[in-house]
Amino acid sequence: MAQPPILEARDLKAYYITEAFGVRRTVKAVDGVSLSIQPGEIYGIAGESGCGKSTLLKMLLGEFEPPLTPVEGTVAYDFGEGPSDALGMDEAEVASIRWSRVSYVPQGSMHVLNPVRRIGDTFHDFISTHRPMPRRQTNEMVKAYLAEFGLREGVLQSFPHQLSGGMRQRVTIALATILSPKLIFADEPTTALDVVVQRSVIQLLKRIQRDHGSTLVLITHDMGVQANLADRIAVLYAGKLVEEADTRTIFKAPRHPYTQHLIGSLPTLEDKVARQSLPGRPPALDDPPTGCRFHPRCPYAMDICKSVEPPLVTLEDGHRAACHLITDEADHAAHSRPALA
Amino acid sequence: MQHTLDQPLLEIDHLTRVFLSRQGLSVTRLEAVDDASLTLTAGKPEIYALAGESGSGKTTLARMVLGLERPSEGTLNYKGRSVGELSARDKRTWFYKEVQPVFQDPFATFSPMKRIDSYLYETARNYQVAKGADVDKRIDEALRVVGLTLAEVRGRYPNELSGGQAQRVSIARALITRPSLLVADEPVSMLDASLRMSILNLFKDLRDKEGVAVLYITHDLATAYYTADRIGVMLRGWIVETGPVERVLGSPLHPYTQLLKSSVPQADPDKAWSAEPTLAPRPVTFPVSGGCKFAARCPKVMDRCRVEIPASYEAEGRSVKCFLYA
Repeated sequence: MAQPPILEARDLKAYYITEAFGVRRTVKAVDGVSLSIQPGEIYGIAGESGCGKSTLLKMLLGEFEPPLTPVEGTVAYDFGEGPSDALGMDEAEVASIRWSRVSYVPQGSMHVLNPVRRIGDTFHDFISTHRPMPRRQTNEMVKAYLAEFGLREGVLQSFPHQLSGGMRQRVTIALATILSPKLIFADEPTTALDVVVQRSVIQLLKRIQRDHGSTLVLITHDMGVQANLADRIAVLYAGKLVEEADTRTIFKAPRHPYTQHLIGSLPTLEDKVARQSLPGRPPALDDPPTGCRFHPRCPYAMDICKSVEPPLVTLEDGHRAACHLITDEADHAAHSRPALA
Repeated sequence: MQHTLDQPLLEIDHLTRVFLSRQGLSVTRLEAVDDASLTLTAGKPEIYALAGESGSGKTTLARMVLGLERPSEGTLNYKGRSVGELSARDKRTWFYKEVQPVFQDPFATFSPMKRIDSYLYETARNYQVAKGADVDKRIDEALRVVGLTLAEVRGRYPNELSGGQAQRVSIARALITRPSLLVADEPVSMLDASLRMSILNLFKDLRDKEGVAVLYITHDLATAYYTADRIGVMLRGWIVETGPVERVLGSPLHPYTQLLKSSVPQADPDKAWSAEPTLAPRPVTFPVSGGCKFAARCPKVMDRCRVEIPASYEAEGRSVKCFLYA
């Protein structure tokens, strides 16, 4: 933990602000998220649909358009040359870091490859933009790289529709990582893949991260994938970071009632013990509940939960959680240890 | 109907469905379902899971069970009557009431422009399940089974309901005709984790309290294990292994079932995989002519697997389509 974080967000608030017929609507998709990611770690961001995962990703990538508006807070990268602002980059700055330093494996690899360009052409365009080199050279580089992915060089002559879903996803990952970026974001990289293919993609991501020493930010709702890949996991609920800890703690000793439920409701191949669902549903983010946003569904809700928002407090070993049940406990810990952020 | 207890509820025997696709002069034969057999007994309702990867034929099999697709070969009997030979009238007045579908995405099932209760009234009217004020009563009954009431649902549009609630309404709609068999094609794959279990628990309740059998079609082995009594694992049209879910998924025998099970990411960091691939990806040539459909990928492949098609053999309380157990 001596190194400065490669990515740090402080009190980030990003809202979708729309105005139609004089009615202003604000969807608070990311509402006060602070996190810091260390170089070389796999950081998982988990949560259900509509919890703000994808919005948070857009902000961390510095890739946002109206109506999504950064309202407060900062996002900064640090590639060992001091922090640089990620939210206020101009086009030239984006072009200089995108793909070569900060990269992104998008969701749904079916739709991200140009359907009328051969894979080899796409690779050449991609590489030559950042490192001008002749076609022959990029071909050699790509061939060698694809071999690591278990893809034959015939793939370069193919069009995307000629490849299977798993091959396309591997091509997409290869594109995103061939320039050895330091920071890779992966948005649901295995969703929509069959399980056997999913396994190979998970292992592939693990291998790339290890061999290149890059930092991987993994966004997925699939807790099985999170358990397999992530070193640390942040759980989002209704635009808030409710808990963050190392993967083992999240799965074995979660403290927030929402995380406890999320982990407890997962079916396994080991037992048929009855599992329960939470009542209700995640709140709409244009009108979130007061106090703790989880209180209408929380089995332990107290009076204070309805009016006062619980602070995100640091427990032992950097474990952070936002729940009134543990706020007092953390007060004691805070005296002996400085809080993380 | 002329239905006796010793007759199975659903009897599928050597069922095959072939799709032909023509490109110019060449015709490609695709056996979406190939020589599949399974039986659901009457009198003792159970949840039978059909599991497999995309393209394994599970949806085609389900569509045949629903009477939406005609079998090319083999037997498909519901309560002793061949589904393919039912007249349109029999289907409308009997079969469609008995066998009801539940679809994948509740928000795609219901039009966002229509009130969600209109679907309930439409089903009640189409199948003439009740008259006058009894219609409301019957709909309310069906909704109560899934934990809702007509008062809660009346006049609501789909966007006013959560995914879990909308899927409950979809199941309630299927229950209005008092079916004996629900065919649920990936009913929870579009739902969030916190809502998923309530739907799966509902299927168990329907089995235990309402006596409804469920054909649960899924790609997710963990939910199949949780929900089902028996399971059939499909591979490119074949049911390669079938039996009690604890046996088939607890200790799989078919090499394909073993591969599938080992590919499920466990929600337990102690069971994470290493970064090294266990199996080098091997090219698979399509179509494989003759022999076992898994031979090209099978780690235990033998010479005869490439030329002969294995039968289903009984082994350790289940049926396995693999020469290892011949």
